[in-house]
Amino acid sequence: MSKGKPMSTSTRFRSRAAVLFTGAILLSGLTACGSDDGQSAEPGDASGSVEAVDDGTVLTMWTRAPLERQATNAVEAYNAAHENQVELEILPNDDVEGMVGSAAQTDSLPDLLAGDVVRIPYWTEQGIFADITEQMDGLENLDDLQQGHIAAGTLDGRMHTLPFVTDISVMVWNKDLYQQAGLDPEAGPATLDEFVEHAKAVAALDQSGVAGSYLAGQSGGALVFKLLPSIWASGGEPLSADGTEAMMASDTAKAVYSAYRELAETPNGLGAGSREETGATWTAPFQEGKIGVMPYPYTAVTGMFEGNDFEVGVGPIPGLDGGGSTFLGGDAIGISRSSEHVAQAWHFLSWLMSDEAQQTVFADNDDTASNLTVLADGYAEADPRTHIANATIADGQAPVARNFNEAFNAAGSPWQLLIQDAVWGDESQIESHNEAINAILAQ
Amino acid sequence: MVTQIPAAAERVTDHAVAGTRRPRRSRRERRDALKGWVFVTPTVVLVVALFLVPIGLVVFMSGSEWSLLGGYRETNGAANFSEVLSDPLLGDAVRFTLKYTVLTTVILMPVAFFLALLVQESRRWNSFLRTAILVPSALGIASASLLFYALYSPQVGPLNPILDALGLMDAGGSILGTPGGALWATVVLIVWRFAGYYMILTMVGLQAVPQEIYEAASIDGASRLTQLRRITLPLLRPTIAMTMILTVTGSLLAFDQFYILTKGGPNNSTLTVVLLIYRYAFETRRDLGMAAALSVLVLVALVLVNVFQLRALGGTRKGD
Repeated sequence: MSKGKPMSTSTRFRSRAAVLFTGAILLSGLTACGSDDGQSAEPGDASGSVEAVDDGTVLTMWTRAPLERQATNAVEAYNAAHENQVELEILPNDDVEGMVGSAAQTDSLPDLLAGDVVRIPYWTEQGIFADITEQMDGLENLDDLQQGHIAAGTLDGRMHTLPFVTDISVMVWNKDLYQQAGLDPEAGPATLDEFVEHAKAVAALDQSGVAGSYLAGQSGGALVFKLLPSIWASGGEPLSADGTEAMMASDTAKAVYSAYRELAETPNGLGAGSREETGATWTAPFQEGKIGVMPYPYTAVTGMFEGNDFEVGVGPIPGLDGGGSTFLGGDAIGISRSSEHVAQAWHFLSWLMSDEAQQTVFADNDDTASNLTVLADGYAEADPRTHIANATIADGQAPVARNFNEAFNAAGSPWQLLIQDAVWGDESQIESHNEAINAILAQ
Repeated sequence: MVTQIPAAAERVTDHAVAGTRRPRRSRRERRDALKGWVFVTPTVVLVVALFLVPIGLVVFMSGSEWSLLGGYRETNGAANFSEVLSDPLLGDAVRFTLKYTVLTTVILMPVAFFLALLVQESRRWNSFLRTAILVPSALGIASASLLFYALYSPQVGPLNPILDALGLMDAGGSILGTPGGALWATVVLIVWRFAGYYMILTMVGLQAVPQEIYEAASIDGASRLTQLRRITLPLLRPTIAMTMILTVTGSLLAFDQFYILTKGGPNNSTLTVVLLIYRYAFETRRDLGMAAALSVLVLVALVLVNVFQLRALGGTRKGD
């Protein structure tokens, strides 16, 4: 009935003002960040002071949850003997990149930052770390240190990272289950075929919940950790030297996949839940004594040496015809570019690299030292299994690629899909998945 | 026309009367207007700061090169959009999100309607039923997802042995291990969590229908079913429109349940669009520019979907 009053001039003015007001606010949002140009991509320059200062500063440090034990050992040992105090914060594995990203944007990174070595090349390129080439050149034992973690953080000849915790992968077996299956509990698999044989023998026990082996089927990171050593030990090259090409469909690689496929097709060959394992609980079944033999992180093995329900055997991860290799994983550590205590942080790092620290923090706790001298001489009283593990480092490798995470580790990555098809699905798809990996690495 | 005359007359008399009347009126007017602005300012500030500014920021981000670790570098036009649109995962994510939305809406709305009718009718167990159906709404969606993750777990959950006994699945298998299983498991979670909420919304609409109409209809000899079809449903149209818009929008933006239950798996078969945005930002590309570009596309799509829904369902004016 009533068509309503036509807008009076004041109402028209008000609505126009409202529109302009909204527009101004939106634009102010744009300009606010447009002028924020403080984020340069160059790594911060920590040059100037090469000295290490111990003056009671409180340093902040972030590290990943899987390496909590080793990190805590290092920090406690340092704090007990020095005036500087390091406050350690443990981050859940999946949250690390998100937290580092938001801290990077707000310049609130910790003084010391440790990260998974496969992610370090990308972080270095994005300018997360301070350039500590000069400090590192001043280290006496620079050549004695494990080079894989240093190489990961080297960009255009400038160095940014040092090895923190070296986590290698080894083959472990449950000696009790081996005995029950009629296998020699002191002899682990020396070739890939023996691995399949041993796993099948344990599978044949047909005990409830017990399986021959276990594969973290949907965790790209665990899969590279477990499978690449077999390829290296067989003389294969899974990645090109510059990290832009993958050869995951080579004959060597396919032979490794088919070994696991054989187990997948055997009843109780691969543990229940292998196919869906996202990596959250991939070390648990072996710890519970349910798995016969599988590749495993050494940092998780040392905790099982004492007070365990069953005896653990340790050996190198074999290739097709023998040999042994390992994945030089773990964390590398650097000083973040926004740190205001570079000299003090460097004090911690230079202490950590010393023979004495490597001995007391790592070797005496049966963990893998990053210092070759200590690796050779410092384990006299260590468990013999640690000697076996250390011996594999000489033949170990760490893959370096800028886009490693997207191609391999991320959930749903082409590498994960490749293994899903190679072990449980359609084998003919391996080539196309390898192409997808190459497409990402080449970006 | 008629209503304008008093206003015009006011203005004439205002002009005609000089002096005392006008200043007092405009002073009061001004004070009232000022009071109005003072009351509205907090809301305006909140809306601007928490709604308009972030949208502006996201639009700006979608047109810049902005990585997670490296920060803002420079603007790059529509490069982010073309990268997003050429990603094969995008098509999969959109298809799955649409499929999931249709499935959830088609199941959830009739369930809520039926529950509302049921609770309306039963007298004795009324309050017990209402409470039992509403209790899941007390859980946040992340907590509910974690609860169901434990329920569905082959290692610790109670469902696997039950399904094994029923012969539907063997004890070692995982409910979330196949694409179909994961999808239906999530739908079950969502229906359980939201049925109560939508039941309440529907009940409010049902109670607004006057009893006299039903009485008149039964006097005229209409059966219960006819009453339902001819009286309840048409009068419930605004409520149905609202619940439908809510379920569709909520399902299009599904994230928490998939992030916790399946992480987009198995093998990217339960990947939703918002989960893909999260991946672009934090997992695979670590590129906030691309994530912002996809967010802008989702925003535009949502606005269009809702406009379309409102037009299609909100036509009560014409109906009367």
